[in-house]
Amino acid sequence: MGYPHPSHPHETPVLSKYFGDAGARTLDGWRQRGGYEALQKALAMDPQELQTIVKDSGLRGRGGAGFPTGMKWSFMKPDGKVHYLCCNGDESEPGTFKDREIMRWTPHGLVEGVALGAHAIYAETAYIYIRGEFTEAITQVNRAVEDAYAAGILGANAMGSGKRIEVHVHRGAGAYICGEETALMNSLEGRRGNPRIKPPFPAVAGLFGKPTTINNVETLTTVPYIVKNGAEWYKQFGRPDNPKSIGTKLFSVCGNISRPGNYEVALGFPFREFLYDLCGGPLPGREIKAVIPGGSSVPILTREEAENAIMDYEGMVAAGTMLGSGGVIVFDDRQCMVRQIARLTRFYAHESCAQCSQCREGTAWITRIMERIRDGQGTAEDLDTLVSIADNMSGKTICVLSDSCATPVLSGLRKFRHEFEAKIAANPSKVTVPVALRASAA
Amino acid sequence: MSHGPSASGGSLVAAPPHGRHHDEPYDPVFVGEARAALDVVLRRYPAKQAALLPALWMLQDARGWVSEKGIEEVAAVLDITPAYVKGVVSFYTMYHQHPVGRHFIQVCTTTPCNVCGAEDVVKSFLDHTGCGDLGLTSDNGEYTVIEVECLGACGFATPVMINNDFIESVTPESVPRILSELK
Amino acid sequence: MADVKMVNLTIEGRPVAVPDGMSVLEAAKTAGVLVPHYCYHPGLPVAGVCRMCLVEVEKMPKLAPACATTATEGQVVHVHSPKALEARKGVLEFLLINHPLDCPICDQAGECELQDYTFAEGRADSRYREPKRFNPVEDFGGDVLYVQNRCILCTRCVRFMGDVAQEPVLNVSERGDRAFIGKAEGHDLTNPWAGNVIDLCPVGALLSKDFLNKARAWELDRAATVCTGCSQGCNAVAETRDNVPVRLKPRPNDAVNQYYLCEVGRQTYREFARRDRADQPMVRSGAALQVAEWDEAIAAAARTLAGRRVMVLASPNLSNESLFLLERLLAQTNGEGVFRVTRGPAVPLPGVSDLALREERAANAGGARTLGFAEITTVGAALRDGDALLVVGDALADVAEAELASVSHLVYVGTTVPALVTQRAAVVLPMTNTLEEEGTFTNLRGRVQRYLQARTAPGVARPTWYVLADLLAAMGGAGQFFLPNEVFAALAATHPAFTGLDYEALGLRGLPIVEHAADVPAAEVTV
Repeated sequence: MGYPHPSHPHETPVLSKYFGDAGARTLDGWRQRGGYEALQKALAMDPQELQTIVKDSGLRGRGGAGFPTGMKWSFMKPDGKVHYLCCNGDESEPGTFKDREIMRWTPHGLVEGVALGAHAIYAETAYIYIRGEFTEAITQVNRAVEDAYAAGILGANAMGSGKRIEVHVHRGAGAYICGEETALMNSLEGRRGNPRIKPPFPAVAGLFGKPTTINNVETLTTVPYIVKNGAEWYKQFGRPDNPKSIGTKLFSVCGNISRPGNYEVALGFPFREFLYDLCGGPLPGREIKAVIPGGSSVPILTREEAENAIMDYEGMVAAGTMLGSGGVIVFDDRQCMVRQIARLTRFYAHESCAQCSQCREGTAWITRIMERIRDGQGTAEDLDTLVSIADNMSGKTICVLSDSCATPVLSGLRKFRHEFEAKIAANPSKVTVPVALRASAA
Repeated sequence: MSHGPSASGGSLVAAPPHGRHHDEPYDPVFVGEARAALDVVLRRYPAKQAALLPALWMLQDARGWVSEKGIEEVAAVLDITPAYVKGVVSFYTMYHQHPVGRHFIQVCTTTPCNVCGAEDVVKSFLDHTGCGDLGLTSDNGEYTVIEVECLGACGFATPVMINNDFIESVTPESVPRILSELK
Repeated sequence: MADVKMVNLTIEGRPVAVPDGMSVLEAAKTAGVLVPHYCYHPGLPVAGVCRMCLVEVEKMPKLAPACATTATEGQVVHVHSPKALEARKGVLEFLLINHPLDCPICDQAGECELQDYTFAEGRADSRYREPKRFNPVEDFGGDVLYVQNRCILCTRCVRFMGDVAQEPVLNVSERGDRAFIGKAEGHDLTNPWAGNVIDLCPVGALLSKDFLNKARAWELDRAATVCTGCSQGCNAVAETRDNVPVRLKPRPNDAVNQYYLCEVGRQTYREFARRDRADQPMVRSGAALQVAEWDEAIAAAARTLAGRRVMVLASPNLSNESLFLLERLLAQTNGEGVFRVTRGPAVPLPGVSDLALREERAANAGGARTLGFAEITTVGAALRDGDALLVVGDALADVAEAELASVSHLVYVGTTVPALVTQRAAVVLPMTNTLEEEGTFTNLRGRVQRYLQARTAPGVARPTWYVLADLLAAMGGAGQFFLPNEVFAALAATHPAFTGLDYEALGLRGLPIVEHAADVPAAEVTV
């Protein structure tokens, strides 16, 4: 349901059905709502069968990368080695707050999905990595895991199947980069959350050097529904002419919008209807100026572009952006895009792990220039420098945090250049003076 | 429209004791019950080092912050070097490397909250706690206010964490009441 | 050699065949192409973080880090394509924005990889207009100074201490551009191998406190040598400035020390830089030693030793060549050759096979033993009444006058003259130290290695083997030698263990002595 608002008739509540329903959090409550039937069924099935069902269903990773889940699982073969499943609950992409809701309202739904996923990839141990700030989610998921153990759902003989499924919760400690799958593994191993170079790929050598699959919270929570209702059931959601984007997705809506919150719609939903009808459009007397549709790492859309976009993976690419995590950030005409882009680059500069030269230095440099322009001390030369820096930061690093920092700057300059130029025009000095020679600022 | 502020879910642990710099001998954390709890945690992983983040949480929950001596203790308990532990501690922003106020207030100001007035919430906290500036502890040792990056509750702007309590939808006006309700 | 699967690829238009599994960066080396890099080092695990080694590989969508990309069959690699150059130029720019303009005061200048690659591929100007990050200098303990501002976070030092020294005392602290190399309070870089991080550091962030501000890299003359600190026989480079030794650095040798040198070895340069040298031959006339000509001094020494039982007290840092000549001299005089060697605790470098600071703190105790010298602990105990004592190589350190009570006559060949020698010696012959001569040592594994001359000797001091050859001739011994390799040839001809070795074969990497020396017949002695 559109949480915290009542469900909109055009929503498709699958995962969000019990958001706000405190009864769904307990083991009994979850069972009453049909929970753990899918897991019981799955534990009696061969992992290959489960992999096939999920592959058929068209489910793609819901963390932001959109990689087909069934294909990712198929990299895990019955090779006799220890396998691990990691559930990525490090939700830190600005604009995204769906996994938190899943974890605090339907923790058993997640536990069920994790256990099912572990079985499907021949793993006996799964770790649920939850970012350190999500204290309520951690409490709820911890309790759900405890209760599941007590009820014999987890443990040496999961649901009487003879299979061992161990699930452990691991608390993060404040690092956006730990949402990157290889950084998450390093963090689990008690290291700095540095992304790893690939190869080797996690499915070959991942957590503790063993074959590992990392899946997002929303992805894993979806799986029991697919197993219970079938791949065909899942395929009903999506544009008929686009079989590549299937299913429902939770979209987190925030910023200058009348009804912020999470909304669950079938992929392929028209963005215009979504923004103005479901989310209530801009606040009274205001107009939407820009929208970031998939978390702050995807290109910014103008209002017109957003109004014409379709909410699925291909639709957003066609609109010149990406679906990403589905975190919808809305900016109205009150906002200064330069200021907000500067704030975004500051976020990335704060979160850079410091490994790659371009990211470590580039995120900070780009932020300093953006803030200088924001504060009225930018010049035309700075705009060229920004583009050059952003190009040098893209496609050349171990992970894409560097690219993600460059994206709002590049798309911001492409679509809101007039705002940058206005700031620059207001600067009496036409040449950028190095700081040591600058007259002291007011 | 939006929800009033709520302390959702309760805290993981009670507000930690106000940390002080060490002028007295270091009091080890991982003894007795705490050591037993760590042993339970150690069984979850095939390598001791993997218990580092959980051990640091236990240390910070017990002492309020992560001191050099604390780092030495964790290093000894997990058979790794203090330099290694320090590298990890300084990477993760939630571990405090110096004592902080009894109520550690973190206000999200990343873009989605920023466009909803998060900076005004920060100012309100600074004014009402008497902290003077970000990162400084108030004279009575009660409060420290900092800005943090995205807390993952963007639709409930502005979210604020106070120690382990996660409070949604904070406005500048609701700040005094929130502060008065702190234990 | 067992069949190794090879892959064929093209690098900068040059076809190469390399073993399967080799990185593109190493493959490029075999093609004679240097891919600029910082964090990569052949002795360390691959990190792939500096991004400096980006190259263009056809059919790969993004530029590839050459150090972390495996060379595969049919690959076509462009190292200097416009895209690759642009990307590397970008990396250099990022590394320089916070880098202080310290070249004029930075020790690394002249041997700095940031300077080198920026000159080759970097921008000619700076576009950075913001305040530079500033951090204070930190003393890491041992010989290591950390200048945080200059650090490019390549993490070579962290990986060396962690993986090779296996003492992880260095870390990366903080995140983003606030990051720096840190350590824990009270845990310093006191490991004898820690100084290698100074050599590994591509820029002037990690510096030697000992060498601080002593010389500019381009002022230094360099010569290949072998360290005399212990019996490991690490290959080294002696660096001198205006003929003064100022530094010893490691020279790569995969069979001995890989890329490393320990602190004990590094500090040996001080011994070779001493200024209180014996630089003139001296003969006792009456109560005092008088300066004499070489011919006169040699003759006096020969007379002093003639007709007596001669004990030779040799330094275990003498070359094989010098020890061989002493062996001949002993044969003439029916005497005995002995040596003392100091010992200290062994400190292995665990990440490298068979590398340690060895207990025996001398370079050629092995050579001495092979050439018939016996190890003793006390000088006095080895002497018999009426012995003539020939000391070669400063071997009287910490010896009390009383210990030499039974000595009738003393001939001293050394680099410095202790008080005991001034009082008792009949003749003093000034010799060169290791850096002033050419020769060979035999390390603890029986590896014979050459060292070359790095500076000129003071005064009229002569190479040790030269002095001993003259002395031997004056005492009626056979053999005329004009060059050190001639001495070595005679040594090899008469000692089965050295059969087949000569200076050319030894090169600058050395060779092991013959395994089963007993099976090889001794050759006739010829001049």
